[in-house]
Amino acid sequence: MKSEQAKRKILVCCGPGCLAVGGREILEGLRSRIAAAGLDATVEPVIKGTGCHGLCEQGPMVRFLPEDISYCRVSLPDLDEIVEQTVRQQKVVERLLLVDALTGRRVKSQGENSFYKKQLKIALRNTGEINPLNIDDYLERDGYRALAKVLFEMDPETVIAEVEKSGLRGRGGAGFPTGLKWRQCARVDNSPKYVICNADEGDPGAFMDRGIIEGDPHSVIEGMVIGAYAIKAHRGFVYIRDEYALAVKTMLEAIRQAEARSYLGRNILGSGFDFSLEVVRGGGAFVCGESTALMASIEGRVGEPRAKYIRSVERGLWDQPTVLNNVETWANIPPIILRGGEWFSSIGTAKSKGTKVFSLVGKVKNTGLVEVPMGITLRELIFDIGGGILNDRKFKAVQTGGPSGGCIPAEMLDLEVDFDSLTAADSMMGSGGMIVMDERTCMVDTARYYIDFLTEESCGKCSPCREGLKRMREILNDICSGAGLPGDIELLEEIGGMVRECSLCGLGKTAPNPVLSTIKHFREEYDEHVHRKRCPAGICRPLTTFVIDGEACTGCGLCRKNCPAEAISGEPKEPHVIDQSRCTKCGNCIELCRFNAITVK
Amino acid sequence: MESYKDEDFAAQAKSILERYPREQRFALAMMQDFQRKYDYLSQEAIRQIAAYLQIPSGKIYSLATFYKAFSLEKKGKYIIKVCDGTACHVRSSMQILEEIEKLLGIMPGGTTADGRFSLETVKCLGTCALAPVMVINDEYYGSLTAGKVREILKKYGDGGGADEE
Ligand SMILES: Cc1cc2nc3c(=O)[nH]c(=O)nc-3n(C[C@H](O)[C@H](O)[C@H](O)COP(=O)(O)O)c2cc1C
Ligand code: FES
Repeated sequence: MKSEQAKRKILVCCGPGCLAVGGREILEGLRSRIAAAGLDATVEPVIKGTGCHGLCEQGPMVRFLPEDISYCRVSLPDLDEIVEQTVRQQKVVERLLLVDALTGRRVKSQGENSFYKKQLKIALRNTGEINPLNIDDYLERDGYRALAKVLFEMDPETVIAEVEKSGLRGRGGAGFPTGLKWRQCARVDNSPKYVICNADEGDPGAFMDRGIIEGDPHSVIEGMVIGAYAIKAHRGFVYIRDEYALAVKTMLEAIRQAEARSYLGRNILGSGFDFSLEVVRGGGAFVCGESTALMASIEGRVGEPRAKYIRSVERGLWDQPTVLNNVETWANIPPIILRGGEWFSSIGTAKSKGTKVFSLVGKVKNTGLVEVPMGITLRELIFDIGGGILNDRKFKAVQTGGPSGGCIPAEMLDLEVDFDSLTAADSMMGSGGMIVMDERTCMVDTARYYIDFLTEESCGKCSPCREGLKRMREILNDICSGAGLPGDIELLEEIGGMVRECSLCGLGKTAPNPVLSTIKHFREEYDEHVHRKRCPAGICRPLTTFVIDGEACTGCGLCRKNCPAEAISGEPKEPHVIDQSRCTKCGNCIELCRFNAITVK
Repeated sequence: MESYKDEDFAAQAKSILERYPREQRFALAMMQDFQRKYDYLSQEAIRQIAAYLQIPSGKIYSLATFYKAFSLEKKGKYIIKVCDGTACHVRSSMQILEEIEKLLGIMPGGTTADGRFSLETVKCLGTCALAPVMVINDEYYGSLTAGKVREILKKYGDGGGADEE
């Protein structure tokens, strides 16, 4: 059904970020207007709900192909103009174009935007480009060709060898070599075997896996069938957290379509290979992202991890040999098979090959999903792709690796990001959350935040993690409320070391990281809290006093008008003052002031 | 959202249970279906699941208390989930939470006396770009400020707990 002209398409982003700001209404609005306008059938565009385009901050995003025009922050009143100008006359509506955060200029296409320039998309190759609910879109872009190649041209051994050659390491956190994991499992002479996709994605502040499943579910399915063929498994499970309702729905529909076309089920493509795939919905427990806890959860048990000396590749799900990989790991498999392991290993650094998807969030101008070659520097990620710090404040740290990762300070901005460099910097890759922090982020509060999270999520099975984290939380609460004592910081280090050494599973073993890494890189800030009873970022309220600098204040009145406690007074054009007895230390004024006139005493 | 008092609960329960074979691995899925339909797990629902799977109710309880997705108590008409994931936290989600606590007079985990609002915190709604974020039933609200929160809550009815202070 190929037409002469390149097909005209309008892609409306319906990723989580854009849906939250009305992506669905825009999609439907455009659909109905184009139908109503009865635009010439040959140029009638195809409108699709697509997964994440990446630049979430600017949603809803609408993209026009083949012209490659992208509009951002589209609202319902814009639609008539869009249909008339862009769809009918192929003209650009200037005011809707994306503003490049780096240059401040409006740009016509995604490719021209600094946000996209340094990116390289492998795992996200189709996300935002295809309609995830239509398997034909996936097929048009080489979908399931890797599977056909594997089934008819490669034996399991060559598949494993190709994945080994690629140097692919697991994207779920630890960076274990994927080919090796498969080989270990293939070697075990015991059936049945299982493959599992880990889409639990428990890290707060991360949504890579969600983006892939919602945007391109077939790439994960195809990867899993290939993996199953390599280790001779015939059943697989995708474990998705239940809160990700759209991901669950998308995956179920994709599985249905794949079954209908014989990419899943009995005798796949007539090759004689059988493989069936089921979705299991997680119950919302962070620890269930850990591989053995996840398997317990699939079995319908409480998701407690077990000790690591029993290896899942030998005895995993229902005590049978199991390969468990992360969503992004699976999505990388089809391109590796099609283009070869050598191609993949030509990207990245010596020991970390390929690309990594990050969710770039926090105090950064451009937030969203980004995929970059391993080895890119933090500076490029945050300042070139991310466009720099919100409100042009000062960069303070970036947190990577999820709750068990660490905070990397400004001195290390030129660090080349890969599995090993992040570990060497007392953090870790984790699943790819990257939370940017500025001078208004308190590092002690950040450490407390993570310990709070982990204390709640500790399953309680082993005492170092259960009790140790509780004690650390108490000490951090004391420090943040002004009751910190000399020796507390050292005590935190001591307990942290113990929890790290003695815990049963990865949760406990890494849980002290946020504390230990912030103490290491931001010791003065801890000292200020403990010894001078002062929070320099102005976050810990009992330790904060905001003052207005009479010299810098222009008397614009913005802070006065917006103060929820009505604690600020002053005549127009005269310096204002804060009534300390009324101030609730909410920090609203310091966020609003355009003249940097408000400081933390 | 439906109520457990509905006359045809037995029939409803049956229709949920019989979606699945009698294997323990489907316990979570059944519980999720009950939770979704009624917004909490009643004792009766737990008993029915256990009976269907022929396992002790205690097992179902242990799952219900381990996994965050389940609630054993009835919730308010509107469930406000304030995100305190990392991205929201560094963009001052605690201020948003405090504002709501103040307006409704309840703490996270609580429900207003009139049964209108329940307040919860969650870790990451997956829309970090719009931080700070909250969701009320299925409606997302992003880039929140204390002022915006007041406006939004007004939309959800005159009462709430706001007047009772
Ligand atoms: C506490 C804890 C939570 C984890 N959460 C996740 C998760 O949400 N998603 C994930 O893919 N891996 C998670 N992992 C890592 C998994 O245990 C496992 O290493 C990984 O899924 C293996 O896949 P990969 O080799 O493709 O990375 C977690 C590990 C721990 C210790
Ligand atoms: S941290 Fe709030 S939505 Fe992700």
